[in-house]
Amino acid sequence: MEELTILEIPDRGTLPGRRFDDSWIRAISALCFVFLLGLIFNSGGAFFEWGTHRDMLRQISVIGILACGMTLVVITAGIDLSVGSILGLNAVLFALLTLHLAWPAIPAAGACLLAGLACGTASGALIARWRMQPFIATLATMVFTRGLAKSISGGEKVSRAVAQPDGSYQYADLPGFFLWLDQKVLGGNIAVVTLVFLACVVVCWLLLSRLRWGRYLYAVGANEEAARLSGVPTGRIKLLAYGMAGAFSAIAGICQAVQEQQGDPEAGAAYELSAIAVVVIGGTSLSGGQGRIGFTLLGTLTIGYLEKILSLNAVSEASRLILTGCIIVAAVLLQRKRC
Amino acid sequence: MLLSMRGICKSFSGVPVLRNVSFDLEPGEVHVLAGENGAGKTTLIKILAGVYDDYQGEIELNGRRVRFPSPHHAAGRGISVIHQEMSLVGTLPVIDNIFLGRELKPRFFPRLFVDRAGQLAKARELCSRLDLDIDLMRPVDEYPLTVRNRIEIAKALAVDAAILIMDEPTGALSTPEVERLYRIIGDLKRRGTAVIYITHRMEEIYRIGDRITVLRDGQRAGTAPVSELSETKLIRWMIGRELGSQFPVRESKPGAERLRLENFSAAKPGTSPGAKRHPVRNVSFSVRAGEVVGLAGLQGSGNSSLLAGLFGAFPRSIHGKVFLDGRPFRVRSPQWSIRHGLAYLPSDRKESGLIQGMTVAENISLASLEKASPWGVLRSRTEAAMARRQVQALSIRLPGIDSEVRQLSGGNQQKVLLAKWIETEPRVFLLDEPTRGVDVGVKHEIYALIRRWVAEGTAVVLITSELQELIGLSDRILVMHRGQVTAELTREEASGESILRAAMGKPWKN
Repeated sequence: MEELTILEIPDRGTLPGRRFDDSWIRAISALCFVFLLGLIFNSGGAFFEWGTHRDMLRQISVIGILACGMTLVVITAGIDLSVGSILGLNAVLFALLTLHLAWPAIPAAGACLLAGLACGTASGALIARWRMQPFIATLATMVFTRGLAKSISGGEKVSRAVAQPDGSYQYADLPGFFLWLDQKVLGGNIAVVTLVFLACVVVCWLLLSRLRWGRYLYAVGANEEAARLSGVPTGRIKLLAYGMAGAFSAIAGICQAVQEQQGDPEAGAAYELSAIAVVVIGGTSLSGGQGRIGFTLLGTLTIGYLEKILSLNAVSEASRLILTGCIIVAAVLLQRKRC
Repeated sequence: MLLSMRGICKSFSGVPVLRNVSFDLEPGEVHVLAGENGAGKTTLIKILAGVYDDYQGEIELNGRRVRFPSPHHAAGRGISVIHQEMSLVGTLPVIDNIFLGRELKPRFFPRLFVDRAGQLAKARELCSRLDLDIDLMRPVDEYPLTVRNRIEIAKALAVDAAILIMDEPTGALSTPEVERLYRIIGDLKRRGTAVIYITHRMEEIYRIGDRITVLRDGQRAGTAPVSELSETKLIRWMIGRELGSQFPVRESKPGAERLRLENFSAAKPGTSPGAKRHPVRNVSFSVRAGEVVGLAGLQGSGNSSLLAGLFGAFPRSIHGKVFLDGRPFRVRSPQWSIRHGLAYLPSDRKESGLIQGMTVAENISLASLEKASPWGVLRSRTEAAMARRQVQALSIRLPGIDSEVRQLSGGNQQKVLLAKWIETEPRVFLLDEPTRGVDVGVKHEIYALIRRWVAEGTAVVLITSELQELIGLSDRILVMHRGQVTAELTREEASGESILRAAMGKPWKN
């Protein structure tokens, strides 16, 4: 009697999360718009050269890596204000270990990753275990790690000039790793840091769409109570999100140190805001439960192109900030499902 | 006649909750509105208070037809509601709460300023009427629930309410507090205020009611002066005729003991100290394989907290012993409980049951995702197959397994929720209102499901506010009152009357 029960179950074996729906189109349209601006205001043809695009990618990679971690956190309906400070801490730490203590690059990078992971996990623990609001917990971590960066660097930039016991300075050799990470590969067409950024994107993509933990990240962000009652270990999932954000910040910190050839304890100040802007422009909602790493990639490119175009056209910093603010609002309004 | 509501009809997404209900009110009377949970009392009140304005029927106030588009309009015409859940802003001082949104205006610059002196004088007068000896400048949060209750009344009276609606006001009050409330109501009556009083409690109905209207399944079962209505007739009005045919007699063959609770205590952590209504205290019972145990009780009796607590929703408040298949079981977390074969269907489908923004497949697999992700890697084919199997088995109507749950009707959402738990292959199924908000057809499908699980040896603990459902499905019924089990009824002993009596804290045997 009820032959119409199931009209048709599409037998695609696919689940959303991998669907190409209109939120993708919106994320791309923002990028296209900025790109179009670049074509128009091409600064005497500079925009048509690949070198411009390569440099843009190189310059935005650090923010992009931070945004990868931020995306994970935002999907759980949280926010992480500490990524910029963790970047600063690790830039200092990496410079100290490699330049002053002459550690080989691999153990130094490993130590930085652990430090970043520890900072992120600390925020996560405050949030998951002691039920602090993400904003407050990561604000505390942000201030704390910035202080830590200043404390281990003595408030100075950690550069190749190493102070000797007798008060003189000796210049340390720049380790090969610095040169390697800062070079351009594939016929000088792409920077290694950009490849690092893309690798981070791939890691996040694997986590979010291929692993069980990724599904749990979405579930926690969409409805924490329902997720908890369905057996999702919500506390551990939050630890994962913030821990990974910390680890990504450490990677960004290493890249930053390499690019600057020094560890600046002030590095990464206000980068957390850029990272949030990138995530939001991509179309990931701050209310959690949705978003893709692909959106963040598009958002990174959008912001990157915007900055590049503005600097190509020699727009003053003041106007650049004003314009960036406007673009963020425009992009978010564009993302709305129904305007 | 102060108020007359005639032919009120109202439905939620196609499911009628009020059908042709009439209700009237005289000045200075206490009119009790009674009925089981889900009978439509709250909906009727919300229509009167302007919360819902999409209803059919007429409302006349003082002989004039009215239709309130918002609660603000209703309040402006002298209709005040004292809510079960408090409507006070805890951090604001008492006086600001009393006049919130309806501040007294001074003669000069009435749009800018507030007549603080006038408010203070009026608040003082109200407080003396209500026996409230408190500092009006302290925040509401500093006072216990019983005082806040009276502040709420003061707030209602501040606008010179002609009609005061009280929704189970004594639920959380102690006996002397209840007596004080009765005195206040008596005082209101003398001043000509009409009171609509919602309650389940028998003694209360006879103590303060002048007239009573009973609602049943969204219809009016009857209206009568309280003095002329016998207790037996009142209960018959509340539960109606038994519909035995809905629930074919099932041969129950309970097996070995599945679940046993010994001196089990739990308390749902509340947001404010006053929100803790009757926690569960020292409950002991057992459920055998293939048995349905009904857990009856009025709202706030603790039966819902018992199920949620047993499942591990708030493990820190748990005391006592739990045994699963004879082995001791420590209540730790939902995850732990699921691993040990427990499943819990929460009553609130939207808030704690499903994840609305996720797809049907994602929701169905959520509680048993480990099956579909060996080594933590999701297998979307396995997951899709899991979803498709359940959609087929439960005849869930949907556009596709990758449609979002929020697009589905209530009944189909409920089936998705059930499917999620069936996938975990539970040995003990804790069901809190499994048929809430679904139509009759789906209800029967759910009854069939429960019967099938039981036949397969699952133990079921069932809460439902529909008494007929409870009686029809359960092998035994435990009745809870104020956090404790007050009666255990066999299927033969269970009737609407005996359950209701026990749930109200009265002796259920004659």
